[in-house]
Amino acid sequence: MPAATVTDLKKSYGPVRAVDGLSFSVGEGEVFALLGPNGAGKSTVVEILEGHRTRDSGKVTVLGTDPGTAGQGYRDRIGIVLQEAGIERELTVREALVHYGACYSRRRPVDEVLDLVGLTGLGDRRTHQLSGGQKRRVDLALGLIGDPDVLFLDEPTTGFDPSARRHAWEMIEGLQDLGTTILLTSHYMDEVQVLADRVAVVVNGRIVAEGTPDELRSRADRETVIRCLFPKGDGATGPVADLLENLVGRVRFHNGHLEVHTEAPTADLNRLTAWALERHLELDGLDVSRPTLEDVYLDLIDGGEAAGSGDEDG
Amino acid sequence: MPSTFALVRRQIGYQNRLFRRTPIAAFFTLAFPLIFLILFGALFEGVDIAPGVEVDAAQFYAPGLAVFAAVSATYTNIGVGVSIYRDEGVLKRIRGTPLPRWLYMGGVVGSGLAIAATGAVIMLGVGFLFYGITMDPANIVPAAITFVVGVVSFALLGLALASVASSGQAATALANVTLLPMAFVSNVFVSVRSDPPVWMDLLGDIFPLKAFADGFFASFDPFLEGSPYKPWLLLRIGAWGLAGALVAVRKFSWEPSTGAGGASGHRGRRGRG
Repeated sequence: MPAATVTDLKKSYGPVRAVDGLSFSVGEGEVFALLGPNGAGKSTVVEILEGHRTRDSGKVTVLGTDPGTAGQGYRDRIGIVLQEAGIERELTVREALVHYGACYSRRRPVDEVLDLVGLTGLGDRRTHQLSGGQKRRVDLALGLIGDPDVLFLDEPTTGFDPSARRHAWEMIEGLQDLGTTILLTSHYMDEVQVLADRVAVVVNGRIVAEGTPDELRSRADRETVIRCLFPKGDGATGPVADLLENLVGRVRFHNGHLEVHTEAPTADLNRLTAWALERHLELDGLDVSRPTLEDVYLDLIDGGEAAGSGDEDG
Repeated sequence: MPSTFALVRRQIGYQNRLFRRTPIAAFFTLAFPLIFLILFGALFEGVDIAPGVEVDAAQFYAPGLAVFAAVSATYTNIGVGVSIYRDEGVLKRIRGTPLPRWLYMGGVVGSGLAIAATGAVIMLGVGFLFYGITMDPANIVPAAITFVVGVVSFALLGLALASVASSGQAATALANVTLLPMAFVSNVFVSVRSDPPVWMDLLGDIFPLKAFADGFFASFDPFLEGSPYKPWLLLRIGAWGLAGALVAVRKFSWEPSTGAGGASGHRGRRGRG
């Protein structure tokens, strides 16, 4: 039995459709990631699954119950790590863990949890004396103290510096080994690549791609990205339409760059360079490479957003 | 899940601990009324307050300040404290735990009762020891009953305050604006028992603070005629407490109001998004 299933979930705030017909399922012990830009609807989905937000329609089951109607018994079995939840500044880390732990029928030993999140030796420190990264660890510790069957992690590393992110990832990988089912949201491709067993890319409240990180990568493997600075010069003021029409791949304008995502790199590179030569243009920063997962992700987001907006030309 | 009784006790202990470690709250709740008591003692010592009979003025203002401390410990402390914890996202975290919500409220009210009792014991203790106030031991029970009814009602009003205030700063302002003027017309700081202006009398009679102060003072009143139980006053206080509970049930929010989170909370930006 899957730990969580979501079928055709919908939620609107006034005229805004935050979640627009979303379906997925999370297996027991699996780390499932909802990946998407800010405002894609990820947090709304997680809040509905936590039982903190009502839904307009659709079916949601977590641990065999509907979070919308489940009571304290349900919250006894889940752990929640929110983006912005405060910790009582008056308490020490240990006091907070003991206090919150007492609410659960099952709980992990405080010292074990401190070790798990890398706060060994800091138990007696007041929470307001901790650094931002250490506070985030306390967040995680408080999410784990009740030995949850399902853990919700809402953007666990947003605002972290690179080394803090690495540490957080190690912690979360440690949880995986404990067999905890984890539902993760993130807007970092590299994060879900490291952590998630399966990923759903969410844009505008809809899933635009779903699969293992490897499957998403296989999409990347088929393509090559040709990239250069958008050519400047007399010739470039003319229409680029004749160039774009001839290319096989998809063209994107991104940060002043022209990008061609193509499955026919030889032909497209030839056309691009021929076009430039005819006009006596230099293609500065010309680069031919395999796309990163980040590229695939950005591509998916662009595709997802274009579906709503129409005109794609820069 | 752990037993309810153990959870209630833990919640009260937790709230008490938060209070003890918040010096500013402890100062305004306990030290502030004590300073008043000492100032009044210096100002009014030896003054004939009742015609023909010499009674120490402390007999009037010590119970009044005990009530003031009790109301600070509940109405102000709860209204402001809970709002601040909401601003900081602590309530949002609590809502995600299996702790029943009423149990959190129970801890808040129970702790308010304990802190209020501490404040009252300090005021009356200092009054008994240094200012020569007296009390008929037979009146201890009616005084305690009145005290509990008053404190629980003002604790519920504190939850109502936290429900209508959008932030901790708003709650602080609301608490002061409502409590301090009311204290002056409610026999808390100064006695307005003999021939007050009609409007002052009326204001005091509408709001619950005067009922609390008068009901509690009855057990200390050297000229008391009849019973120290004032059921009519208790009813008035209780009705306000009930109204507070209803407001809290309908309006209480566990999430920070948008824009209240973070440091520059009260400058709510409108027209965002």
